[in-house]
Amino acid sequence: MSNVISVRGLKKSYGSTQAVAGIDLTIAQGEIFALLGPNGAGKTTTVEILEGFRTRDSGEVSVLDTDPSIKGSAGRNWRNRIGIVLQSTSDAGDLSVQETIAHFAKYYANPRDVDEVVAAVGLSEKSKELIRTLSGGQRRRLDVALGIIGSPELLFLDEPTTGFDPKARRAFWALIEDLRKTGTTILLTTHYLDEAEALADRVGVISQGQIIEISTPALLGGRATSLATVSWLSASGPKSEKTDNPTALIRKLSADFLGEIPELTVKRASLEDIYLEMIGGEDGSE
Amino acid sequence: MGQNKVPSALTIGIARGGLELKQFMRQRESVVFTIAFPIMLLGIFGSVFTNELTDGVTFSQYFVAGMIASGLVNTGFQQLAIMIPVERDFGTLKRLRGTPMPASSYFIGKVIVVFVTMLIQVFLLLIAGVLFFGVNLPTDPAKWFTFTWLILLGSAASTALGIAFSVVPKSGRGASAVVSPVVIILQFFSGVFFVFTDLPGWMQQVAAIFPLKWMTQGMRSVFLPDSFAAREVAGDWETGRTFIIILAWLIAGLFISIKTFKWDDKR
Repeated sequence: MSNVISVRGLKKSYGSTQAVAGIDLTIAQGEIFALLGPNGAGKTTTVEILEGFRTRDSGEVSVLDTDPSIKGSAGRNWRNRIGIVLQSTSDAGDLSVQETIAHFAKYYANPRDVDEVVAAVGLSEKSKELIRTLSGGQRRRLDVALGIIGSPELLFLDEPTTGFDPKARRAFWALIEDLRKTGTTILLTTHYLDEAEALADRVGVISQGQIIEISTPALLGGRATSLATVSWLSASGPKSEKTDNPTALIRKLSADFLGEIPELTVKRASLEDIYLEMIGGEDGSE
Repeated sequence: MGQNKVPSALTIGIARGGLELKQFMRQRESVVFTIAFPIMLLGIFGSVFTNELTDGVTFSQYFVAGMIASGLVNTGFQQLAIMIPVERDFGTLKRLRGTPMPASSYFIGKVIVVFVTMLIQVFLLLIAGVLFFGVNLPTDPAKWFTFTWLILLGSAASTALGIAFSVVPKSGRGASAVVSPVVIILQFFSGVFFVFTDLPGWMQQVAAIFPLKWMTQGMRSVFLPDSFAAREVAGDWETGRTFIIILAWLIAGLFISIKTFKWDDKR
């Protein structure tokens, strides 16, 4: 499988602040890759370099076999193959959903069908409404529609579900699953660990300008082999025990209690627990 | 994937112009401010100053020349220097930058919006002037020729300078407060609201640096009788100098725009 994104030794500083301190990263075609990290870790800078919005100080970067700093007509042809959904845009409130998407379709060589895209992001009923009447979640869906209208081979999604209610997030995840089926490669940044777990094939954790681990969500930070915590209510009060063999412990407890174990829970480290442990004491400030 | 090529910069630019005009027409404030406001001003000044400046030249006749020149500045410089910072703040520009739309298409769209709104404003000013304030339109074809190149060149310079000035306001919200005083002061200094030769000498000299003074003087050469030229500062319409100075501002505006234009407010 060929690599859509390939980064080696990427560095970028602002003044004396090293925002990106030597990142290596490859993302394969058709993959959904989630980049996790606290604010100020270098996540946005990295993604914006890949999107061609920022210059880099050093390192090799190839996105769809092209250097993102490319300009002119070659740059247009490259941009024709990618889609970008930025963190927040709040423009053009006086146009309808359909008008806006149809207009952006004119920028691309092979746009998708406008009505089909409107339907894909679940805005069919709002198609004729002005953008300023949309809710935050609906606006975000419009942003995604504008990101995918050009039938991109690679889609950048920057914190796509910030501010969504749980139902809207589930619906959004279904939309991303649909894009996966079309073979679109997706680079996602998110603050939500459950989102990364639900969507991503692999996750990379970035901290202080460096990638500290790349793994699948299930294996990140040794999660699969981490100890389980079994808790229950014993005669002398609540008790808990860490074990790598929880089933055996429960069988023994069940025998002791002659059946039902009072207030039994078995808990494994969530992706969030692992992640918080990895990025350590960082407070997430800029 | 199909084998189609990305659409040309001109095709996209024209589409942008159409889209921006649609947005413009849907914003009631912008329609009122850009199109109705100059006509209201003509109404107010035309009613207050009813005297004749010389035989057969009313203040309304003098004022309509200044208002048309101002129209070039309002629809180009003022409109763009306010609109572009708002689009930068809202992330519109950054989003466009992430698409295959070339920068030139964005500017073609702006030129279309400026030109169409300018034509509407000038046309309505002339109609209102003729119908309600006894403004006489020139009959000499040579004057209409001057009028035509003045609005083309003046509008182009105003557009380029608006794009150049769009980096000055720090935010979209504050843009209007930064840009509007510049325009209003220039209008006072350049002989739009008062007869230019009645202004203090230092004010005339400051105004002579900026293009609005030359646009108003050029428009006076169109709308006032040639005998009035004797009452200009130089005793002459200075048509050649007007052309050169506005052209110089156009070139400066283009140069600064190309060098300084920003798609977002970050490094």
